[in-house]
Amino acid sequence: MEITKLTALQTAAAIRQKTLTAPEALEASLEAIGATGEAVNAYITVCAGQARERAQQVQAKIEAGVLTSPLAGVPVAVKDNICTKGVRTTCASKILGDFTPFYNATVIERLEAAGAVIIGKCNMDEFAMGSTSETSYYGPTKNPWDLSRVPGGSSGGAAAAVAALQAPIALGSDTGGSIRQPASYCGVTGFKPTYGTVSRYGLIAYASSLDQIGPIARDADDCAAMMDVIRGKDDRDGTSLTVDQGSLLDAVRATESLKGMRVALPAQCFEREGLDGRVADAVRTTAGIMEELGAQVQTVDLDFLDYVIPAYYIIAAAEASSNLSRFDGVKYGMRAEEYGDLTDLYKKTRSEGFGDEVKKRILLGTFVLSSGYYDAYYRKALQVKAIIKERFDRLFERFDLILTPTAPATAPILGESLADPLKMYLSDIFTVSVNIAGLPGISIPCGFDGAGMPIGAQMIGQRLQEATVLGAAHAVQRLTDYHTRTPEVKA
Amino acid sequence: MQITRELVEYVADLSRICLDGASEEKMERELGAVIEYMEVLNALDTDGVEPLSHVFQVTNVMREDAVAPSSPREDILAGAPEATGQTFVVPRTLE
Repeated sequence: MEITKLTALQTAAAIRQKTLTAPEALEASLEAIGATGEAVNAYITVCAGQARERAQQVQAKIEAGVLTSPLAGVPVAVKDNICTKGVRTTCASKILGDFTPFYNATVIERLEAAGAVIIGKCNMDEFAMGSTSETSYYGPTKNPWDLSRVPGGSSGGAAAAVAALQAPIALGSDTGGSIRQPASYCGVTGFKPTYGTVSRYGLIAYASSLDQIGPIARDADDCAAMMDVIRGKDDRDGTSLTVDQGSLLDAVRATESLKGMRVALPAQCFEREGLDGRVADAVRTTAGIMEELGAQVQTVDLDFLDYVIPAYYIIAAAEASSNLSRFDGVKYGMRAEEYGDLTDLYKKTRSEGFGDEVKKRILLGTFVLSSGYYDAYYRKALQVKAIIKERFDRLFERFDLILTPTAPATAPILGESLADPLKMYLSDIFTVSVNIAGLPGISIPCGFDGAGMPIGAQMIGQRLQEATVLGAAHAVQRLTDYHTRTPEVKA
Repeated sequence: MQITRELVEYVADLSRICLDGASEEKMERELGAVIEYMEVLNALDTDGVEPLSHVFQVTNVMREDAVAPSSPREDILAGAPEATGQTFVVPRTLE
């Protein structure tokens, strides 16, 4: 048995059937990190000591029959913007370099209650602001399929860790595509839930109205199992929803055909400047598979695509400028060595602690919220948000699912995107509107380009239709094997 | 909308961030490009459209007015760059 190639559910099943133990599963992941960790740089912190202790405890509880969750004993990698009690949480920023939370995020509490073993904290773009994981203070993460390329972002470390077999499953966060786009670039499956489904308590906020935590895994079933563990109402997050969606894993596993499912293929997502033809072809092939499974596929018009990126950056930057005001050198994290008065302490700390992309977005957000510009930019963006939501709602009156490429192209070469920030922003063109409208979306591997880099297909559902999205992904993955392929990391 | 050096300095000050000459120039250039790109929104007619903050109808969340323990003071202060046993420490703000 190649332990690291098992899915999260298979790992837990093997532990239940006593062909594997939780400590053995953990050691297999730690060994993989030892072999290829330095080359890929997927982790900022590996908490081997705590994880080993925890794996022993979990194993005892599984044997005693106390822990019966479908993910009990599974090692989980966690994006480094999710607070873990006693384990350094940096947000890939210098300003939080020595921040060790004294509390767990709600998702971590729920994961631990289900018997998961947190193995480490994953690299990312600083404060989740980026689409390549290159803006990390701790150095860029590399794509396991080709170390000269980016893994995508901002959850690039989490996606790369799963792709490089350094963890069977991970938690990421998605503000404009930060789970789905790196999942696409790394050939793994990433799911962004409906806004409000998963508690954001303990997630270091970037843009609170768009942020959502979700799983990155080998397949849709693992994503469903993780969702069953982490979702649900939390009093500590005022936007978290009270909804009983039943067991997603059961619903998803029961999806064999897509008979009766109406799938929309937006024309603008398949013909546009900068779109790689092989990406479009691979996603069209996925549409064909869905037809084979009984779905009715129809091309539709999605005429607002040109407006989604500007609206997204205005809203996200505005919220970021407010959220990141808490990093001021007083309550946590670093403080500049030399400073004069209080204002100077804020300025020196923030200037030394934040990287360039973060500063740019704080300035942009401050600008669009400032007196005289608020109406022209921020208010306008919220009006565009209303229009986008309304257009999606109308589309979902006629369709159950929307199918698009996850990103217009496969993973770019390291450094290319930093030289052209606007081009990097455009890599999120198919994903950001999903956050703006609060919809659930998944990226599944659907092919490879000429250079052998993975291509991702995105499926989008109406709010709270997680079972439809994950079910469709499950059905397609039953007929394809792209999600089972793994890279040979040249360490 | 033209992004000028003065505007960059103004928003940087509001943001409590100081930029040196080179990064100020870079910021002026990159912010200018982003703002220019955002002008595309002007092509979309939004007259009469009500701005939308939340996709779900969000109302005030009320809870019982019950006493519950808050986080221990020493845990909160343990993460501070400078603290006494009781408080965060900042430079004197009142003479």
